[in-house]
Amino acid sequence: MLAFIIRRMMQSAGVLLAVTLIAFVMFRFVGDPVNQMVGIDTPQAEVAKIRESLGLNDPVIVQYGRFVWKALHFEFGISYQFRQPVTKLLAERMPATLELAFTAAGFALVVGILMGVYSALRRDSVVAKVFEAVSLVGVSLPTFLIGILLIYLFAVILGWLPSNGRGQVVRIGSWWTTGFLTSSGLRSLILPAITLGLFQMTLIMRLVRAEMLEVLRTDYIKFARARGLTARAINFGHALKNTLIPVITIAGLQLGSIIAFAIITETVFNWPGMGILFLQAVQNVDIPIMAAYLVMIGLIFVVINLVVDLLYGLVDPRLRMTMRR
Amino acid sequence: MKRLMLAACAALALSSVSAQAVTLRYANQGDLKSLDPYTLNETTTNAHLGQVYEGLTARDQNLKIVPALAESWEVLDGAKRWRFHLRKGVKFHDGTPFTADDVLFSADRVRASGSNFTTRIPEGAKFVKIDDYTVDVQLTSPNPILIAQWDTWYIMSKKWAEAHNTVAPTPASATTPSYASLHEDGTGPFMIESHQPGVKTVFKVNPNWWHKREHNIDEIIFTPIPNAATRVAALLSGEVDVIEPVPVQDIPRVNASSTARVLAGPELRTIFLGYDQSRDELLESNVKGKNPFKDIRVRHAFNIAIDKEAIKRSVMRGLSTPSALMIAPSLFTYSKDFKNPKFDPAAAKKLLADAGYPNGFEVGMDCPNDRYVNDAQICQAVVGMLARIGVKVNLNAQPKAKYFAKVLKPGGYQTSFYLLGWTPGTFDSHNVLFDLHGCRSPGSPRGETNLGGYCNKKVDELTDKILVESDAKKRDLLIKQAFEITTSEYAYVPLHQQALSWGVAKNVDLPQRADNSVMLYWAHKK
Repeated sequence: MLAFIIRRMMQSAGVLLAVTLIAFVMFRFVGDPVNQMVGIDTPQAEVAKIRESLGLNDPVIVQYGRFVWKALHFEFGISYQFRQPVTKLLAERMPATLELAFTAAGFALVVGILMGVYSALRRDSVVAKVFEAVSLVGVSLPTFLIGILLIYLFAVILGWLPSNGRGQVVRIGSWWTTGFLTSSGLRSLILPAITLGLFQMTLIMRLVRAEMLEVLRTDYIKFARARGLTARAINFGHALKNTLIPVITIAGLQLGSIIAFAIITETVFNWPGMGILFLQAVQNVDIPIMAAYLVMIGLIFVVINLVVDLLYGLVDPRLRMTMRR
Repeated sequence: MKRLMLAACAALALSSVSAQAVTLRYANQGDLKSLDPYTLNETTTNAHLGQVYEGLTARDQNLKIVPALAESWEVLDGAKRWRFHLRKGVKFHDGTPFTADDVLFSADRVRASGSNFTTRIPEGAKFVKIDDYTVDVQLTSPNPILIAQWDTWYIMSKKWAEAHNTVAPTPASATTPSYASLHEDGTGPFMIESHQPGVKTVFKVNPNWWHKREHNIDEIIFTPIPNAATRVAALLSGEVDVIEPVPVQDIPRVNASSTARVLAGPELRTIFLGYDQSRDELLESNVKGKNPFKDIRVRHAFNIAIDKEAIKRSVMRGLSTPSALMIAPSLFTYSKDFKNPKFDPAAAKKLLADAGYPNGFEVGMDCPNDRYVNDAQICQAVVGMLARIGVKVNLNAQPKAKYFAKVLKPGGYQTSFYLLGWTPGTFDSHNVLFDLHGCRSPGSPRGETNLGGYCNKKVDELTDKILVESDAKKRDLLIKQAFEITTSEYAYVPLHQQALSWGVAKNVDLPQRADNSVMLYWAHKK
């Protein structure tokens, strides 16, 4: 088991190294950061000085080596745009993104399972058909469009919910800020969380529905019925429990993509998280932020995959055997 | 019960107080990245910091130079020496009184290495303190437009900078944030209460401002909203009071709403096309061994083959002012004397044939796609218009980060045909002639942004005369003479001045300055 973990961790490190290398090579094609840092009528001698002081004249491989060495010490340099340490900027923005991602995931899970169960049990009802239609919309419409539609409906036309920002936040501890404790914070969370979670929600709903239909056809459900158990005990005690295993796997793996894909939702709602920071960094060729963000997202994915792999081992004894090999 | 009542009364009293405090919420597509007023010379940043800091001079709503921290000034020795009488009784936000020492300090700081504003003060200028409220500026050569850009040369407190170890300007390449990039100590109408870069900046009114208050704002909350649709939605839903800019396609919708309207007007920035006239062979063309743009007939043909009115109509949705000059008409007295050449594709085709290109030629074009209003669309329209005279343009529309890296001097002027926009920082023709029309030469800042390498020694001579001529009327005539040469040689294809478009809530009055500076100390919120 230990050997398995060590092997997996080494693989993960390799993946991260590859991610950074690819990212670093791509940065060469984004443009020149210095032009974004000074006004257009800046004397060229000054521009050259800045290039030199940022180390942009060194060969790529030297710049990459320097970057990896620093990243190992959790140091990602200073943002070109904000002139502040990247680690600090990301830490400042992280609570916003994580709160949004977890709320969206929670929303997707709860609503998705409820809708899935309902549409499996009442396959032919009108409501189930409506759910089907909604799920089709959720799967096929792009996030930014859904976000803008929601903003126009609920913020501009109806005026019920705020269109952008995080509302009032409360500071907890030294660096965490939360919007959960104020009414404006909670109200601001609703639209972006729905936008971000909608795709996952429909995915979970469809998954639950399909699995549920499958399970309901199995023999042990038939026997349970024959024994005269209540419908409630059969549906929720036996059928749902057995459908949840794949759902949890998918939901876990999707958490990484929710955090990573928050970029678009954050931009549409001007949510002050890491995603919008990254997007602005791309526009301004802020390489330190881009690099740190990509490494972090890579890390999140790698960690989630690692945890899921290990959990499989715990859940399924057959897999534990292969791990030992 | 009594206590409850008391609490309710207190709450009521509190809420009525906060109802009286007027908060203006402002969203811009760009961010306020550094609070150090010498780090980034860019309109939006300068405007933001202009709520907090002040220069010796200021510009009013019509861009006229007016006294600010200097109460008055005298031009002596034929504009070789300037004497400034400083305003008395002005205090910085931390309470330190403003004196001549602060001016001398700021003059050193703004010229120090790392400042993006070194051009604010001519080389060799000496600042001499006569007494606590009088400063002389001794120049090496006469300069009648010395103070043209001083409205954005903000005066900083010497004592404050020294106390916080921030005497040197924060360079764009700074590796640690300086104190001055996160804090301020100006003399202006507002003070920064909190500043979280990229997220939110809160300004509070300065109760001790020396000037009579012309606004009724107690607090400004600034949020950068880079996404245009979100910005417009926030304005329409009433969550923000002022946004800049409103995308052209959203203007009718904002005007149709019950909550807001668009303030539009001609901006000072001129959008133009330029072509490489210096290389012997173009970098991106099928013409080998010679450069077609060296032939005046080809440049003439380009000038009359592009229909500026059509661009205004179909690309800019009516929101542009077609231009015959490389400077906005409001900045030059005689601009009325310059007329747009008549759009005439047939004559253009004939000119090309005379120049030896009866079937036209191929040329590559560089164009930014996220810098100016509808920049890439303008270029596409140009491609279509030139196709009609047989010139095949291979358009390369790219993000500004890539575009500027390619076409500007550090990139080696790697372009054959390009679109660019220019606002003279001094609001004066000299800047346009010097930066865009001056002959390039190594080691000199002259013509650094003259990407096509247009060069006429006579224009350079006139430009030098214009710099030192202190008689306004004579100076204007010299400028006119210079522009007559450049336009007759078709140095560029001026296209238009794009329009300003600010979204402003209906209950807010806000004067619009033509340089696109959103100055909230003139705002009134009902």
